Amino acid sequence: MNLILETKNINKYFLEPVKFHVLKDISIQLQRQEFVSIMGKSGCGKSTLLYILSTMDTNYDGELIIDGQNMSNQTKDDLARIRNEKIGFIFQFHYLLPEFTVLKNVMLPALKLGKDDANTIKKNALEKLDILGIADQANKKASRLSGGQKQRVAIARSIINNPKIIMGDEPTGNLDSKNSEIVFDVLRKLSAELDMSMLIVTHDHDFAKKTDRIIEMEDGFIL
Amino acid sequence: MKDLFIILDISKTHLLAKKKQTAVAALGVTFGIGMFIIMMSFMTGLNELLDGLVLNRTPHVQIYNKTAPTETQPSDRYFDVLNNLNYIHSIKPKSRLERIHNALPILSELKKNDQVKGATPQATCKVFYLAGSNNLNGVISGIEVKEEVRLFNFKDYIVDGDVNSLIKKKNSILLGAGVAKKLSLSVGDKIQVVNTKGANFSLSIGGIYQSGLAEVDDIQSYVNLKMAQQILGAGGNYISRIHVKLNDINDAVPISTLIKNLYDVEALDIKKANAQFDTGSDIRTLISYVVSITLLIVAGFGIYNILNMFIYEKMNDIAILKATGFTGKDVMYIFIVQALVIGMLGGVLGIGLGYGVSLIIDEIPFVTEALPTIKTYPINYDPLFYVTGITFALISTFLAGYLPARKAQKLDPVEIIRGQ
Repeated sequence: MNLILETKNINKYFLEPVKFHVLKDISIQLQRQEFVSIMGKSGCGKSTLLYILSTMDTNYDGELIIDGQNMSNQTKDDLARIRNEKIGFIFQFHYLLPEFTVLKNVMLPALKLGKDDANTIKKNALEKLDILGIADQANKKASRLSGGQKQRVAIARSIINNPKIIMGDEPTGNLDSKNSEIVFDVLRKLSAELDMSMLIVTHDHDFAKKTDRIIEMEDGFIL
Repeated sequence: MKDLFIILDISKTHLLAKKKQTAVAALGVTFGIGMFIIMMSFMTGLNELLDGLVLNRTPHVQIYNKTAPTETQPSDRYFDVLNNLNYIHSIKPKSRLERIHNALPILSELKKNDQVKGATPQATCKVFYLAGSNNLNGVISGIEVKEEVRLFNFKDYIVDGDVNSLIKKKNSILLGAGVAKKLSLSVGDKIQVVNTKGANFSLSIGGIYQSGLAEVDDIQSYVNLKMAQQILGAGGNYISRIHVKLNDINDAVPISTLIKNLYDVEALDIKKANAQFDTGSDIRTLISYVVSITLLIVAGFGIYNILNMFIYEKMNDIAILKATGFTGKDVMYIFIVQALVIGMLGGVLGIGLGYGVSLIIDEIPFVTEALPTIKTYPINYDPLFYVTGITFALISTFLAGYLPARKAQKLDPVEIIRGQ
């Protein structure tokens, strides 16, 4: 089996302001090294699904299995550890810590994981920044970078612990076509070289077309 | 351990990144704690001053001979009270000397007692101060100056001259301020006094005594014990009062009862002697407690508010940290550390502020007739206020950090992200 992520009948409801069935019996599978994109109209539930898959949302019914481990019965602290170790997440709005330097932003998840000493982590972080072509910005404060640079820092942060899966919530949504292309190429390369699976929510057809598989969603269903 | 290091590192970055905000939050703590310390120091300082006004110069137990009718009349002893109705009209007290019987042995026994800080003998005589054709009524007390100074702060009430003149010169007198004013006398002058038997004594004024109570200052003067005994025409064992100071004022009642039972004397404890003062003092203490608690609550809410906002502004960071694998506990510790650093910083500054302003108040002139030695406003530098202040700063900042952080700890990161 080369499954890295699997869901069985995931259902999710929003209770506020009125009860709303967002996700309906979602069952998907993701293979190792697979590069999958999720597409669908706004409000169809793709971001909600992604948050559940990334374990950041625990309020759902159904089963989520990541790397052979069932997530349903994990404590929040365990989930945090799993996120730290196995999942890299790229937000639409980069979500960097504005007060910290670029380098520190990238280093923090690894420092938390605590597998290596600070020097090795620093070296790794610089390497990742180099892959993304922004090693020269390492000592700047995160809040001083441009949007495209920030997004690349966010990607560097997501891969610092060499996770099994990288999830992106429209990582190219706010980037121009040139920057989108850079981001795509980087993700593609990482997936092949570092044995990572990609699960990317996107609106961008050009982006999606280049991925291995497209999961289309509409009104909470997978088509 | 490793986590702790990261937590401290993140906290440091947060605090240093927004120095202005950190400073404002810390200043909030500073003012709260500073005000508390200033108010408490000043208020209890004034209270102590007022208490001291009475307590310092009032003996804890006064021993003297009481003039009162005998409680058990001889007839009651002879004719059994249960079976007879004894009735005596117009009972008069037995004539007794004013002097305490066996005063010297009592004095030395008292001094041996562990609970007693000291005991001083006094011989009181009624005199007239002579001023030309005027005779002023007066009372002269013979005292042991050194002990009075040690036990009852006697020196504080000598506004002019030298308290030790009584020791240096036998016929020296510390004249009541009212008498001195009426007779236009000052230190170095001579004064004639006449005792009740008509004998005339010439005394030289070594100092002016001012208690702050006009009715006392108008009649009371002090001389050496020996001199008083000479004016009275009595021997060296003539002592009319013994004033006792105890190590603990709360022992006053049991000790006075003990003395009354042991010796043939009357003993008056300070609680009975100053009943109305005691009530006033209790109420003042109560008020200062109420004010201090109010101050702490107000300061606490201020601190809580400022810090709460400080942390809510960081909600985004909480979500990011949690999304990248930091646990709820890590996040909570990060904010508790920041809150405590602010509390510590603000608390220490608050102590400095409180102490500084206290020093300034301590220099502001405050002149009162009642306390000739007080020249500036009184301040109580009790370390307890400072300890309470910083403890409170730490507790309130801890809660202000802990409560919102605990809430954030339980949230899924997505709930914070979605809430924006």
